Amino acid sequence: MTALSQRQSHAAAELRHLLAQRIVILDGAMGTMIQEHKLSEADFRGDRFKAHPHDLKGNNDLLSLTRPDLIEGIHLAYFEAGADMVETNTFSSTVIAQADYRLEALVPELNTAAAAVALRAALQAEAQDGRRRFVAGAIGPLNRTLSLSPDVNHPDFRAVNWDQVTTAYYEQARALVAGGVDVLLIETIFDTLNAKAAVFAVEQLFDELGARLPVMISVTITDASGRTLSGQTVGAFYNSIRHAHPLSIGINCALGGAQMRPYVEELAGLAECYVSCYPNAGLPNAFGGYDESPAAMAGVLGDFAAQGWLNIVGGCCGSTPAHIAAIVAACSPHKPHVPPADPARKLQLSGLEPLAIA
Amino acid sequence: MTKSSASQFIVVGERTNITGSPKFAKALKAGDWPACLAIARQQVESGANVLDINVDEALIDGEATMVRFLNFIAAEPEICKVPIMLDSSKWTVLEAGLRCIQGKGIVNSISLKDGEAEFLRRGRLLLRYGAAAVVMAFDENGQAATRDEKVRICTRAYRLLVDRLQFPPEDIIFDPNILTVATGIEEHNNYAVDFFEAARIIKDTLPGAKISGGVSNVSFSFRGNNPVREAMHTAFLYHGIQAGLDMAILNAGMLGVYDEIEPALRDLVDDVLLNRRPDATDRLIKHAEGLKARDGGASKIELKEDLAWREAPVESRLSHALIKGIDAFVDADTEECRKKYPRPLDIIEGPLMDGMRVVGDLFGAGKMFLPQVVKSARVMKKAVAYLQPFMEEEKKKLVAGGGTAKPQGRIVMATVKGDVHDIGKNIVGVVLACNNYEVIDLGVMVPCDKILATAKEKNADIIGLSGLITPSLDEMTHVAKEMKRTGVNVPLLIGGATTSAAHTAVKIAPEYGEPVVHVLDASRVIGVVSALLSHEQKPAFAADNRTKQEKQRVEFADRRGARKLLSIAEARKRAQPTEWATVDIPRPEFLGTRVFSTADDAERMKDEGRIKNSSDLPNSSFLPLTLNDIADFIDWGPFFSAWELHGRFPEILTDAVVGEEATKLYADAQMMLKQIIAEKRYTAKAVIGFWPANTVGDSVEVYADESRAKVVKAFHFLRQQNEKAAGQFNHCLADFIAPKESGRIDYLGGFAVTAGHGVEEFAKEFEAKHDDYSAIMAKALGDRLAEALAELMHKKAREASGYGKTENLEMKDIIREKYRGIRPAPGYPACPDHTEKPVLFDLLNAEATTGIKLTESNAMFPASSVSGQYFNHPDSKYFAVGKLAKDQIEDYATRKGIPISDSEKWLAPYLDY
Repeated sequence: MTALSQRQSHAAAELRHLLAQRIVILDGAMGTMIQEHKLSEADFRGDRFKAHPHDLKGNNDLLSLTRPDLIEGIHLAYFEAGADMVETNTFSSTVIAQADYRLEALVPELNTAAAAVALRAALQAEAQDGRRRFVAGAIGPLNRTLSLSPDVNHPDFRAVNWDQVTTAYYEQARALVAGGVDVLLIETIFDTLNAKAAVFAVEQLFDELGARLPVMISVTITDASGRTLSGQTVGAFYNSIRHAHPLSIGINCALGGAQMRPYVEELAGLAECYVSCYPNAGLPNAFGGYDESPAAMAGVLGDFAAQGWLNIVGGCCGSTPAHIAAIVAACSPHKPHVPPADPARKLQLSGLEPLAIA
Repeated sequence: MTKSSASQFIVVGERTNITGSPKFAKALKAGDWPACLAIARQQVESGANVLDINVDEALIDGEATMVRFLNFIAAEPEICKVPIMLDSSKWTVLEAGLRCIQGKGIVNSISLKDGEAEFLRRGRLLLRYGAAAVVMAFDENGQAATRDEKVRICTRAYRLLVDRLQFPPEDIIFDPNILTVATGIEEHNNYAVDFFEAARIIKDTLPGAKISGGVSNVSFSFRGNNPVREAMHTAFLYHGIQAGLDMAILNAGMLGVYDEIEPALRDLVDDVLLNRRPDATDRLIKHAEGLKARDGGASKIELKEDLAWREAPVESRLSHALIKGIDAFVDADTEECRKKYPRPLDIIEGPLMDGMRVVGDLFGAGKMFLPQVVKSARVMKKAVAYLQPFMEEEKKKLVAGGGTAKPQGRIVMATVKGDVHDIGKNIVGVVLACNNYEVIDLGVMVPCDKILATAKEKNADIIGLSGLITPSLDEMTHVAKEMKRTGVNVPLLIGGATTSAAHTAVKIAPEYGEPVVHVLDASRVIGVVSALLSHEQKPAFAADNRTKQEKQRVEFADRRGARKLLSIAEARKRAQPTEWATVDIPRPEFLGTRVFSTADDAERMKDEGRIKNSSDLPNSSFLPLTLNDIADFIDWGPFFSAWELHGRFPEILTDAVVGEEATKLYADAQMMLKQIIAEKRYTAKAVIGFWPANTVGDSVEVYADESRAKVVKAFHFLRQQNEKAAGQFNHCLADFIAPKESGRIDYLGGFAVTAGHGVEEFAKEFEAKHDDYSAIMAKALGDRLAEALAELMHKKAREASGYGKTENLEMKDIIREKYRGIRPAPGYPACPDHTEKPVLFDLLNAEATTGIKLTESNAMFPASSVSGQYFNHPDSKYFAVGKLAKDQIEDYATRKGIPISDSEKWLAPYLDY
């Protein structure tokens, strides 16, 4: 294992320094941006995967290899819109997710290539204005879950086990770090046990590296019940992943900013670390698209910032560089959220609901 | 505990811990996940803040079971809303569990037992999994018992975790070992104090750390006495919380309130826990015994749960109702299910059978007792009866559809020809039906051909034969032979009071090719039937049965050869001697018979007139009797035996194991008895008589009058032939009547009583309502009343004989037969020949006076009847005749004037050849 690059070694301190000063801007959507290009099967395949025995259209992560120019362009567009940090195009770059395309063997390369593409964009942006940009290695939720049975008749059945999940995450994280990311972002978590497996894998990696990168964690609240898909409340989720000592904890995807409001507020009230939020551009419309305007989205997030709840803000599905620019404008006047300096030490347990013992 | 401290306190539910919860253990071993989940749910519903899960058991794959159970739990939001405490002595099980819980849980436990390196390795992994840890006060040298050891080990563990691993101190929960007090060992007296003091020091010196413990340990020395245990737990928690106890593993829902403990008990408990005086243990034990005698060791707190179960989903309610035998809501709950499930059959096969499976398992494991099972069956039957019309309707509507719950097997049962006893058989039938077997019960006095025809027609999988009197044994052998001859090739079960494994092996099994299995009692029947109907199990089971029976045959043959019986001549020489010249021979105040009846005056007169017209017996005046008088003489001991609850009455009511059920059963019996008496459901009749009599040889001649000129009847008795120690006698009932050559007139008494008129009808009323429990109860009470009537009549007989007027015995001594005189019954050990009964009946004109009929096997019908002879001899006592040699049988047959083969048939079980 290569040691961290010098840039990576400094990333944590530089990011913390920035977070202490102001609200940090994350990028917007990758997937919906790619969809705008209306790519064909041939575009996804490029020359290299012409003969691959499985359809590849829709495997966005593969574009880091077959259309790196396009991905780099999207990253750059976000940097130019005001983002401090972009996420690598690696949402599905695990053996478990890539199995759908029979590209399991490609996982290390997908991740290092995606990290390299994002890093190139960051360096390019830094060259333009001298401001430090950050690359977050995106670790997605997997299409199989450890807490939920896909078969209603066999509630004890699991399509995947802990070792498979930790192995998959470990492989991804290792390649992302090797590719030069500054931060690992475990995101769009709808099953906390998957996230705990990711944390476990990442901790194992750090142990082996003898070095750490900051870890950001972002959960998805599925609907107005205020719970994850696996049933946890925000507080329960927080207690479940608190041992990761995350740089930030936040909420992304599934909901628009307006629907996220109570949960962001709750999280800001209980988190001992920084708080992030990157909602979708509203709820999906009748065609499955997102049509909340940059101004509307920025209005909601600007309010969160004004409430003092935010440290890191950006957009998820449906958001564009225009949204990010509007969010920068709306949020930058506000002071960042200040986590409690010396939180009360409690035994914080959880099932689906939290239980704190003073 | 007080209210304010209780609100902070964390209850870790312990019922999903296999080591402390037999119910959970059983369900888990059976793979009955719904039952396991129900226990977990109950704990959470009862207020557990955290759920302790422990599957440590030698025969269980701990890792796989932990994973499976946790995965099931993950699908139950009402359970997995609370954090999980993974509890195992095996690290691999704990780690497997950690990989299944999305919440932040607690691992119970880690300790320094395996050394520092392993302790730190596990601590590091816990950090990575994100779990809190219970750390036991255990080190390489063992468990800490004293305050200082507890503090030293916990401090060492704390420093290692916090300093070396940066383990969050608030995630460390120390368990400084709650050890058992009041054991009688002096060193144990301070254990609770040691715990409290250690907790206090740990909380003061190790910031952030929490304290937990398994509280039930503290009271182990009071097992079986729940009121005392609960008081100890409550008081322990109260003091523990003062000392810094944050959480405890206990049965959620069993939490008491310190201030509500009875003050005297609370002081005694505190004396023990706080080690306040050297005699604290003795004083608490003494008080505890008193409490137990008063309350029967039953929990005082459980009552809280009462109707909370009505809040549960309908399936759980049905299951609860089945397990608890509550039929009050069954129609409403079944109706609710009917709206929920597409077909009535789905309800039977789903929630109802699920509930009965739990009942079957609990009964099989000895966790439920027969009366409870029979009550469960009543609930089941009622639910099915409720659904019956809907199923009929469904059948009509869907001509093609239909079908019924497919039974696991079909069993034809009968009490054999000549026998009328069916309580035991009915119980077996209920137990089988509970377990989803189809039972075709042919009733009592069933001829062989009817049994065989039914078995063939209904395609029976098994035939079960029952009988209580000895001639039934012969009939069973006959049925077995006929089964072989007619090719009914299904296994045969043998049961009933007179049957035995040995008789089955020696007499019945050799007559039949298929397995013949003796079933000792109702609790064994399911094991036997399921094995016999399982293709996989049957061969091994049948082979095992065969081997056992072969062994029994060999043993029987060996015993027969080895046992030395005296010749009948020698045995007679060793008869119990009596100084006939001086012995007290009372002359009864009446000779001939007296008749008693509980029928009202008009009815009694009618009976009297009818009998007087058809009888030339003098003194047949009908005397009034009330059921109330009879009930005073009930001996309740055998009543509990009928329900397979064993123990002496009244001690059985406070028995640690069966006490609770016995008490309920007794209460139900009292209630029904009141109804029987108030509504005169049963008519009791009795006839007693005395006649001049003398012994001739081993027979007793009964004379028409005191002139002794005319012999009316003769009773022939049998004498013990087994070799006895010096000074012991070879008894025969004839020895209790003066021999003719003594010159003195003696008197033999006789009686026939019944409480059985109305029993069958009363039981049928319940059967029609699908209430087997009450039906069996009705019959059992009929039997008790008949025995009580026999006791009452015996008292009258003793009074009539004079000596009884001054015996001055309390009822309990009467029931224990501490009086002079005996009343042996033909067919029973002292005079085992049932053919003596018709002689007695003739003398008493019993059939006409009491309405008791004798079957071809000389069983009395109605079944709730007793008959026998009275002997007034001051040294008369009960004995068992035992094995008989051929010389006596030949002599006996000659005396009776019947073929030897007849006597051999009637006395078959007693023959030693």
